[in-house]
Amino acid sequence: MSIRVAKTGNEAVAEGMRQINPDVVAAYPITPQTEIVQIFSSFVANGKVDTEFVTVESEHSAMSATVGAASAGARAMTATSANGLALMWEIVYIAASMRLPIVMPVVNRALSGPLNIHCDHSDTMGARDSGWIQIFSEDAQEAYDNLLQAVRIAENKKVLLPVMVTMDGFIISHAMEVMHLLEDEKVKQWVGEYVPENPLLDVDNPVTVGPLDLYDWNMEHKRQQAKPVILEVARDYAKLSGREYGLFEEYMLDDAEIAIVVLGSTAGTAKEVVKALRADGVKAGLLKLRVFRPFPACEIARALQGKKAVAVMDRSDSFNAVSGPVFAEVRSAMYGMENAPAIVDYIYGIGGRDVTMDHIKSVYDDLAKIVKTGQVEKNLTYLAIRE
Amino acid sequence: MSVPKDAGWKDVPKAGRILEPGCAAKYETGGWRTYRPVHVPENCINCLFCWIYCPDMSIQVEDGKFRGIDYRYCKGCGVCAQVCPGKRGNKALTMLLDDEAQGKEGETK
Repeated sequence: MSIRVAKTGNEAVAEGMRQINPDVVAAYPITPQTEIVQIFSSFVANGKVDTEFVTVESEHSAMSATVGAASAGARAMTATSANGLALMWEIVYIAASMRLPIVMPVVNRALSGPLNIHCDHSDTMGARDSGWIQIFSEDAQEAYDNLLQAVRIAENKKVLLPVMVTMDGFIISHAMEVMHLLEDEKVKQWVGEYVPENPLLDVDNPVTVGPLDLYDWNMEHKRQQAKPVILEVARDYAKLSGREYGLFEEYMLDDAEIAIVVLGSTAGTAKEVVKALRADGVKAGLLKLRVFRPFPACEIARALQGKKAVAVMDRSDSFNAVSGPVFAEVRSAMYGMENAPAIVDYIYGIGGRDVTMDHIKSVYDDLAKIVKTGQVEKNLTYLAIRE
Repeated sequence: MSVPKDAGWKDVPKAGRILEPGCAAKYETGGWRTYRPVHVPENCINCLFCWIYCPDMSIQVEDGKFRGIDYRYCKGCGVCAQVCPGKRGNKALTMLLDDEAQGKEGETK
């Protein structure tokens, strides 16, 4: 039986880390760090875990220590947010390039400046090409479920890549909601014992990790960082928890004529709007993207094929580019497809700007207008901005 | 374990990891060389400064005496010739263009 509790997203993820009981957690203990690490450090202090907890002087060092621990053969984790992730930048790429199955919860918050601590996706989107797997969560339950699955995905011998599990800052990280934890013993069994591949501490089989890698082989090694086995793990997790996950969730999408693509907590708000629209006879639907990296291009294209108009919701901007990052991927995925829908981008919720049901409703209204007139007036709209 | 030059990205060790200890010995860095040190026995006093300074352990010594140069690994840095005191101002190691030096002194292993 799972345990029904009221937890914030931070608490839920910290509980998940406690159950995973990693060998090493290296983390920077000061802001922009989140409560995740603070709560986890109390588990360490109270002997609830066997983890070696390393407090370091910066996020750059946090990721460096995590890379070192993972290279040694430890199940290693860290957690961060916003500018903390930005400071890790250099080593974030190295973690992926060295094929280390590190799992890192990221609380999505705006990259400064001007100084801001609230939710948007600019931190994670900045690292989207680093080679990490990126899994987004709609609520605390999903953040917890994704965290546990991330360990199995990362450590799968066919994958061996680091995974970011994200949740929206404050909206999920600080809001308390009812959720279900699995029993400690079940999680321990399901996550299993970590058997590292070619660890440094295997002194009988010495290896060199991270050697100089120039033009003769670097491109081949980069090419290796691809395509994991996320659905396999999701199916196995459904057996354990009863909760099923795909690469994305389709909500009333099957027969929809207009649809939005959205990540994170806004999906919850949007589902309510879809329900209301359906009650009014509008064929509205929603695609909630869970796995952003690797980007499920073919699957998304198939799911959106035949829709009349689609809006992509970007909670970060890609300044001076064609659009926000999610739109660029989704539209590329549909290029050349027969029956491709009209597709438009909405940049929204930057720096924690609240997104209400009315805002989402206005997006669906725009889509209905596009379908009615056959005209796309604006490819890119800044939602609820003061002009 | 050396990775064959024509191996594809699916076949090479992940992340460029080197799984065989000591395999640097198989990488013959002598191919980098432009100049090679050539030994002039009549000027050699067997001080072995060359052996001490060589960064690639390419100076071979036997019974406390200079025996030869391992050209498989000698990158031609010239440190040995630089530190060589020689005899009466004449160096026992001189640097010659690799191509021109061929044949002047046999390959030593």
